[in-house]
Amino acid sequence: MLDKNGIAKRIAKEVKDGYYVNLGIGIPTLVANFVRDDIEVEFQSENGVLGMGPFPFEGEEDADIINAGKQTITTLPGASFFDSATSFAMIRGQHVHLTILGAMEVAENGDIANWKIPEKMVKGMGGAMDLVASAENIIVAMMHTNKRGESKLLKKCSLPLTGVGCVKKVVTNLAVLEITPKGFKLLERAPGVTIDEIKNATEGTLLIEGDIPEMQLD
Amino acid sequence: MINKKIHSVQEAVAGVTDNMTLMLGGFGLCGIPENAIAELVQLGVKNLTCISNNAGVDDFGLGLLLQGRQIKKMISSYVGENDEFERQMLSGELEVELTPQGTLAEKCRAAQAGFPAFYTPAGYGTEVAEGKESREFNGKMYILEKAYEADFAFVKAWKGDEAGNLIFKGTARNFNPCMCGAAKITVAEVEELVPAGELNPNEIHIPGIFVQRIFQGNHYEKRIEQRTVRTR
Repeated sequence: MLDKNGIAKRIAKEVKDGYYVNLGIGIPTLVANFVRDDIEVEFQSENGVLGMGPFPFEGEEDADIINAGKQTITTLPGASFFDSATSFAMIRGQHVHLTILGAMEVAENGDIANWKIPEKMVKGMGGAMDLVASAENIIVAMMHTNKRGESKLLKKCSLPLTGVGCVKKVVTNLAVLEITPKGFKLLERAPGVTIDEIKNATEGTLLIEGDIPEMQLD
Repeated sequence: MINKKIHSVQEAVAGVTDNMTLMLGGFGLCGIPENAIAELVQLGVKNLTCISNNAGVDDFGLGLLLQGRQIKKMISSYVGENDEFERQMLSGELEVELTPQGTLAEKCRAAQAGFPAFYTPAGYGTEVAEGKESREFNGKMYILEKAYEADFAFVKAWKGDEAGNLIFKGTARNFNPCMCGAAKITVAEVEELVPAGELNPNEIHIPGIFVQRIFQGNHYEKRIEQRTVRTR
């Protein structure tokens, strides 16, 4: 079974040379730490920066340079700043190649819910609805089950939707799954995880074809 | 040169009255019009509708207007950092319209550019689309979103000149350029106001035609919401 860093490490393998990538808050942010250093990738933050770098050294924080999580950041050579409409033109216009974000629920048809728990959490969708409606390639990073042990990979989402039929791939602490017209297709198992464990933790339709390899993390 | 310079923050908010709709730039606490917000608190105007990506924190940014119950309705994409906001929203004192971030930016830009509405895929199939027209283009579904109509836009830039030309810095740019010229009156506050001719015309982000009033803010706190650093 993977921890959050393990999930990020596996997703980092999906990031290819020449990609512009938008990372959501939480596990997706960790992905930047594991991208191979022999490829060229630029990270976009929807508040208006392309070419995001690591956190600043203490004393070098600049209140005018933050990411979408409102954290102080730095920029790398080749970076650029732009306004919010331009930022979402990059996203809506499909110039950003890959979006990685977290989710509360994913349905077998690719629906995603990650912004609202009625009566409990109503903070807003931020840029998530724009991102999922437009990105060509969307990977969800999340735990396979919630804190009560209930599956987050469902036949149908129970929470208010963020987007419909948009998720392409899900990487969890247990498995890598692809969204297909017939349901969640199991591609890989996390190290030490059995197919039965994945079956038990998946409420939506799970397609298992042939031998399912264990993830290669390095 | 058409001079847009005003001499005080009081002049900046002159004409703002109860029940008006205001646009306010900024992302979190980054690039917010600090001086105009402080003066709106002093002015004590009530029942405002505020269009701003976020709602500040309890004791800074738009949180200051919320504390005085000056806001009737908030139009934002994310409001997660403010306890007073949550309390007023849950008790029904405050009306909230949550809007996808890119849609919010574009509703400002549409107003600036004279478009009454536009189609976007964001929110299709979700509760954001309820009551809105939808339409298919090239096999994909879109919803119709309308441009905002606002009385004042308060924006913050890094440098500006007397002609109202603006230059922004870093990610403090965010929604500010989109809101310039998107309301009946745009008021820009800057950290440094220079005479016309001192800024390089090639480096202007927003031309002065979109700005009616410009002033240099007295003081910028520039509070950081999430100070994150790495060790050397």
